[in-house]
Formats: sequence, structure tokens, C-alpha cells
Amino acid sequence: MALSSSHDPELTLGRKIWQIPWMLVLLVTMTASVGFVMLYSVAGGNVDPWASRQMPRFGVGLAVMLVVAVTDIRLWLRYAYVFYGLSLALLIAVEFVGTVGMGAQRWIDLGFVNVQPSEIAKVTLILALARYFYASRVEDVGRLTHLFVPALLIAAPVVLVLGQPDFGTAVLLLFTGVVLLFLAGVRAWLFAFAGLAAVAAVYPIWQFVLLDYQKARVLTYLRPENDPLGAGYHILQSKIALGSGGLFGKGFLQGSQSHLNFLPEKQTDFIFTVLAEEFGMAGGFGLLGLYLLLLIYGFAVSLRCRNHFGRLVAMGVISAFFLNIFVNVAMVMGLLPVVGIPLPLISYGGTAMLMLLFSFGLLMCVYVHRDITLGPGAASGD
Amino acid sequence: MHRDSDRYRLFSRRSILLGGGQAVLFAALAGRMYYLQVVESERYTTLAEENRVSLKLLAPPRGRIVDRFGRPMAVNRQNYRAMLIPEKAVDVARALDTFSNVVPLSEAETERILREVGRKRRFLPVLVRENLTWDEVARIEVNAPELGGVSIDVGESRHYPDGIYTAPVLGYVSAVSEEEMTGDPLLELPGFRIGKAGLERVHDEALRGRSGTSQVEVNALGREIRELERREVQPGTEAWLTVDLELQKYATRRLGEQSAAAVVMDAHTGDVLTLASTPTFDPNSFNRGLTPEEWRTLIGDPRSPLNNKAIAGQYAPGSTFKMAVALAALESGAVTPDSRVFCPGHVELGNATFHCWKPEGHGTMNMVDGIVQSCDVYFYEIARRTGIDRIAAMARRLGLGAKAGIDLPGEKSGLIPSRAWKKKAKGESWQTGETLLAGIGQGFFLITPLQLAVMTARLVNGGKAVRPRLTKELVPFDSRETAGPDLPAFDSLDIHHSHLELMTNAMAGVMNSPRGTAFRARIKQTGRRMGGKTGTVQVRRISKAERETGVLKNEELPWEERDHALFVGYAPVDNPRYVVSVIVEHGGGGASVAAPIARDILREVQERDPSRGRPRARLPEDSASRPAEREG
Repeated sequence: MALSSSHDPELTLGRKIWQIPWMLVLLVTMTASVGFVMLYSVAGGNVDPWASRQMPRFGVGLAVMLVVAVTDIRLWLRYAYVFYGLSLALLIAVEFVGTVGMGAQRWIDLGFVNVQPSEIAKVTLILALARYFYASRVEDVGRLTHLFVPALLIAAPVVLVLGQPDFGTAVLLLFTGVVLLFLAGVRAWLFAFAGLAAVAAVYPIWQFVLLDYQKARVLTYLRPENDPLGAGYHILQSKIALGSGGLFGKGFLQGSQSHLNFLPEKQTDFIFTVLAEEFGMAGGFGLLGLYLLLLIYGFAVSLRCRNHFGRLVAMGVISAFFLNIFVNVAMVMGLLPVVGIPLPLISYGGTAMLMLLFSFGLLMCVYVHRDITLGPGAASGD
Repeated sequence: MHRDSDRYRLFSRRSILLGGGQAVLFAALAGRMYYLQVVESERYTTLAEENRVSLKLLAPPRGRIVDRFGRPMAVNRQNYRAMLIPEKAVDVARALDTFSNVVPLSEAETERILREVGRKRRFLPVLVRENLTWDEVARIEVNAPELGGVSIDVGESRHYPDGIYTAPVLGYVSAVSEEEMTGDPLLELPGFRIGKAGLERVHDEALRGRSGTSQVEVNALGREIRELERREVQPGTEAWLTVDLELQKYATRRLGEQSAAAVVMDAHTGDVLTLASTPTFDPNSFNRGLTPEEWRTLIGDPRSPLNNKAIAGQYAPGSTFKMAVALAALESGAVTPDSRVFCPGHVELGNATFHCWKPEGHGTMNMVDGIVQSCDVYFYEIARRTGIDRIAAMARRLGLGAKAGIDLPGEKSGLIPSRAWKKKAKGESWQTGETLLAGIGQGFFLITPLQLAVMTARLVNGGKAVRPRLTKELVPFDSRETAGPDLPAFDSLDIHHSHLELMTNAMAGVMNSPRGTAFRARIKQTGRRMGGKTGTVQVRRISKAERETGVLKNEELPWEERDHALFVGYAPVDNPRYVVSVIVEHGGGGASVAAPIARDILREVQERDPSRGRPRARLPEDSASRPAEREG
């Protein structure tokens, strides 16, 4: 892949490597390391079974990220729809050959690795939308008819993921798409209108779309204390863990809530709770601080980029990243229903980690190619 | 280029808007975190602690019960039990179904478990099955994944090594019933047993001990991770009895399958060495829980195995009462030992005839002759001369007609009638004929075998008001010291010494003079010879017609119409120490049935006497009776 840009007259491979934002790589590695420490703790002070498997995945992801960082950005522009199409195909495939986990079909077993197509779709959706809006003029974006295609681009993966059913990821996909529409310049009144329409749609969705376990999650979100041993259990236990952690926490490996298994899914969805129980508010703020630095870095990359595709990709990646963090942390703190979204870079999980690092690779790629202007013909070949 | 810079401006503006929105949301997260971890921290810390720590009640081991030599009569055995926590099983009925496939449960068991599940709080374990064999434990463990909510634990259960022999003394323990729940959490422990009868019931509180607590850290599934704090249990008190276990077993076996009772007592101390009642039952089956069929068998048996006849069986004393009549006559001065009465075989009063057991008559009788040969006519006469009230008073002084005060529940008081009693109870005045019958211990009189033993003891111990006891000492589990020999002091009954000696000698004559009614049941061995008195109590009325055609023999009658056989005795004759009373319901003659049993028991007790072979120590007992070392 790197070969495609090696004969670029402006950027040699060596120069690209020099251009990689190593500070960002360092931040990513630091954040992921916090994750390893927490996975070690969650396993009761043991690298097995989680940390030992997550670290090599991170290694692979890091390599992928760096490779992606030095690829020619035009490659991603040109094949954006292809990647999107492939991820849709995987989402359809998961319906037929998927593995059931947590009451939903989410994984495809490729023999050597389990792939979660919805995670892949998060990135390809950004690429496809960036590709679409890169090619449109400002005045086109203002026209309603011009929004037909991006609406379809967003709706397709959202509907497929909703059907798995994975409500949380579907919402994330939807919001990522909406954010990109917003950035692309879609008229503000449209968002207001869509917001009203969404409120109006609450009732039919509640009645006909949501499954019982999803309804239960929403209901217990409203009053978790009503059913402490039933559906409200997860939220209540998580809040107890957080609250009992206090300012500085119970100490590494000392979280009674997590080590005595009062926390569900502690290696994935509830890992932030483990951190905040053992290291308190100080530890929680520390991690949020790292995230904040990553986000600011991403913003800077996006705003410094001179081509629209790059800007959209960078802002899309960073917004998806933010949405992931927010939904997960708000969920474990009882601000949002429990929807099963992992904490980026920290939670145990292969595809999510890989695709996140891949998207950060794209972000870096944007940074490396920040000064390249992509002509209108760049998408259709040399 | 121009177009792109427009787009860039729009993009930048919206990016900043977006960034601002994200900053607000991030601040919300931080605020929420501050709220949970600082403002509400204390509340959640308490909740986390409650999550983590579970208080467990530890059952104390029930105190052992040992005989006078420290031989165990009631102990605790390790007991593997299957427990079910309803909360974790979710569907209890299905869980029991699955359990049944592994270890079959009877319908009655399932019913009991479901009842208990309904009664207890959902997180408290309920006993499914106890006394599991190794094989059953293994099968349950192997099938553990399907048996959600079921766990195995090791408890202790009461065991009576010689249960069928000790049941009348010890009683039994069994599961706590709903009415017995006092709110004491100990009683709610699964499989907890309390004393329901006998000494187990009398000493229940002491034997129980005090529960301990264990604070354990539990995980979300309730599995214990480690113990944080522990308050040790205080094991139950150990009860040392006056009973001689081997003698108890011997006497019970000697009574066999008859409906009978025997009491052996130390005449001086009141220590009850044996308190047997047959047929008996297995107290271990009560602990386990009786099947309805077992219960029906016990209840339906006409020989009433559950009734402790030694203390709750009430019978007319018959001729064993004659010593009380004789003493009343002597003490009141109505007769002297040498007063003579001629026995022609019967005596007339008004138009009623009172028969002697010997139709041809005994001839001329003095008091000793009257007792030795058990002449009924002699006693009709001296009873008439003494009067019922004086007889009743003497009977009460000797311990008849009132509870002897033994430390067992359910003792009956019997009945000694008097003029006042009859007026009050029946509204009729006393008839002289009834006084005559009182002379031979018939009529309204009711006594228990224990009372007979007490009476005999008071006759032969020099007239002391001895009272029976079964418990020698309650030894707290942590006490190494024992209180040492505790010799109860008893008041004197103020009966003339020579009169008591006359009774003792006359009873020796019953056994050892060739004319004595129980001569054939004597102990021939010098130094161990015994004294005694037979009694045969008629259960039915013998009609005049039958008397003319010949009284039917006992063997010719249905069981429930046969005579009761009674006997009281003591040994050795030259220094009375042990007394015995025997009653065999519908057994036949006192001399032929009860006396041989009493003889065998008295022979056995003398052979077992720890003071045997020593010079005549007055009360040689406790120092030798307790082994120096005790098992913990």
C-alpha cells in the first residue's frame, strides 16, 4: 500500500514517516496501556485471560495504524464506496453465519478471528460520507434532493445493526452520520425538523421496534432502584462501585465490587467503573483527560487540513470516538441506559480495538497529507 | 479555490459548534462523576459494604449426654446435607425435580421442602436431604451445573448410639415446628434440631449452646470468598447423668417386647441408674423425620411405645402397697407387729365377701407372716383398724400419689384416695369396704413405677425422703473442673426405726423364707441376697360364678384382660443400697413374671457396683465414677 505513494513527487515514504504525529501515537499507546492495567486488575491481578490477548491485538492494531498513516490518502478517497460496500456485505453476512452473543448476532467467525462487522461499518460509513460530501458543492448540500444518497448511506448500516439487534451501535452509527451531515453543511433547520420527527417517532418505535430487553433497559434507566436484583442490577452495582471508590479509590486490585463480581461485563462495558472504583475520581479524571487530549489533537488535525475529504474524515473519526466514550461513560454512571457500548482503547475486544486504531491511522493519514489539495478528479483515478 | 474556502469556513464554524457541544457533554460526565464519587460517596460506600459482607449464623454443637461413667449416650455425627437457596434456584419446583433425578426424593420430602421454602426468607437455605452417603454426595457434585441453588454442606446431627435403650430417658430431638419459632435466628437454621422429649427437652437450652457469627465476604453469586470476622460458637453444655448405660441396656433387654417398665435407683442418693420402658422406639428416626407409616405404627401399637410407663404409666399398686398399710398401722398404734389375725381364706363385711388370694386360707398371721405370704385377709383387717386417712397419709409420706419430681417431662402423679378426696371427686362418702380393698392396694389407687421405687428406697434407707434424679451434673464445655461428688441431703420421714427395720426384714422374708411368695425368684449368692414384695393386680372383675367353676388362668384370657405383674425389691439385704421396681402390664403374676426380672436386674446392678470388693464404704460412688480424662 505504501508503494502507491512512493512515487509521489511531493512526499517520499521517509518524509511521511517523519510527518506521522508521534505525539498522537504516544497518547494512543498511553491510553491503551491504562486499558491493559485495568484488564489485569479485572482478571484478579492476572494477565490471563484478557490483558495477555489484548496486548498483541494492540500491537497488530498499532502496526495497521502506522501503515494506514503513510498510505496515500487518495487511495481511501477512491475506494471509499468499495470499503463501505464490503462492510455492508459483512453486515448482511452476519445475519446468516453470525455467532450469537449477548442475545444478538454480532460476530462472524473467520476461523482465526471473530469479526464484528458493525465496528467496521463505523469507519467505512465515515469514509463513504466524506467521499460523498467531498465531491458536492456548497449549494448542492443545501438541496434536500442531494441528501437522498447520504441518508441511504446512513440508513443501510443502521437498519442492519438494529436488526442484529444491537441498539447501542445502531445509535452510534446514526449519530456519527448525523454529525457528518452537520459538518458538511446541511441546513440547520433540517436538524431541528429531524429532532422533532424523532420525538414524534418515539411511540411507534417503542411499540413496534424495541425488543423487550431493550425496553427493560430503558425503563430501569429511569428508576434503577425499583428492581435492584433484576434489570436495574447493572446500573445500581456500577453506581455503587463508582460511589464507593470516592476521591482516590480503593487502590489497585482492591475494588470489592469488581473483584466480587457485582459488576457485569467488567472487562468490556463496565471497565470504566473498575477504574473509577480502584483509582477513584482522580483516576477517572485522568483517563478522561487523556481522552480529551486525543480529541483536541483530532480537532487540530481536522482544522489544519487543507482538503475537505481529510477534514471530514478526521472530524468524523474524532466525533465517533467522542460518541463512543460519552455513551459508555454516561452509561456506567447511570446517565444513559445500558446499551452495550465498549470504552474505546480500554475495553477488551479485538475488532473494536483494531478498527479504532485503523481510524486513528486514517486521522494520521489526514495529518500526513494535510497540505495536499485533492482536485475534483482525484476520486476517479490518476 | 474560492468555493473551497467557503466550505472551509462553514466546516470550521460547525466544527467549533460541535466541539463546544462535546465540551459541554464532557463537563457533564465530570460533574456526574463528582456527584457520585464525592457528594454521594458515603452512601455508596455503605451499599458496597453491604454487598460485600454477609453475616452467617454458626450453629453450636449440641452438648453431649453421657452416663454416670462418661459413656456417650447422645453424640453428634458429621452429616453431609444438600441445601437449597430458593433465591438462587429461581424455580424451586423444577430444581427439586432435577434433584430427584440425581437423588430420589419422596413425595413427603418434596412437600416438606416446599412448605419450608414458603415459610422462610428466599435467601435462606432450606434443607433438601441430610445424612447423604458418599455416593450421593459425589453424584450431586458431578451434576452441580444443572443443580442451580443446591449446595452441599457438612453439619452435625444428633445421634443416639444406643437409641432404643436410652429413648425413655433421653427422649429425642427433631426439627423445629412452626409454633416453636420464637424469632431466635438459631431456630431458623436449616436442619436445626431441638429437644422434644425426655432430657433432651428438659436441658434443651443448656445443651443447645450459643450460636456464633461469621462475617464473610461474598461475591455477587453469594459464594463466600473469605472470612472477615468470627465470633466463635459456644458449644452446648455436657450433661452427666446418673444412669448406668450398660444397666439401662440390660434392663431394657430383660423386659423384652412386653409392655413393661423398670426403675433402678440408689436408695440413698436418689440416683436413677435405670429408667426403662418397653417396648421402646428409635429416637434417631425422630431426628431423621418419621415417615407417616412409621408414625402410624408407633401410635397404633396397643403397648404404646411412646408412653414412658416408668413415669407416666399409672397402675394400682396391689400387694406392693402392703408395706405402706403395715407402716400406717404400726405408726398409728392400731396394731403391733405381733397382733394376730386369723385368715380363713375370706372375710365378710355386710353382705359382701372379700377373698384372700389363697382360697383355703393362711391360718393365723402376724405382720411379718402377712407380708411374707402376702395374706390379703390380714391386710383387710389391719386396714379396717387403721382407717383410710391414716393409710393415705403414710402412702404420701412414702412418695406415692404425687409426682416424685424427677427431671423428666410428663411425669404423672398417680392417686391416693381419702375420705375428703372421694367426697370431692365423686360426691359420695367413703365405704368401709373400700378401706378393706385399700389394704391390698386396690380400688382407686394409682401409682407409677417410679413412685414404687421411691417408696421402696424410703423403706430401706432408714426413712429418708429421698427424691429421684437423672441428671448428676451439667458441665459447661469449657470447664475442666467438675463440681465433685454432690451428695444430696434428704429430710427424715420421722418413721420409727424399728418399724422400718421390720418392713425390710419382712421383704427379705418374701424372697428368702421358703413360705415367701417370691422364694423361687431369690438370689442365692450370699452377700447379694435381695428383699422384695410381689404384687398382682386384677384388671377385670371376677364374678361369683367364675369363682365357683374355677378362676380362669391368665394364659386363658385375652392379653388386655390379664393381670398386671408388679414387684418392688432391694439389695443387698444386709446393707440395702439399690432398689428396683418392675411392672409388666398384663404379664400375669407378680411372683412368676415380675420377680424374676427384678432379681436379674438386682443381680446385675450388684455385679456392676464400682464399690464391689471394698470395705463397707457408706456411699462409695462419685470419685470412682468419673474418669479423670474427658473427651473434648
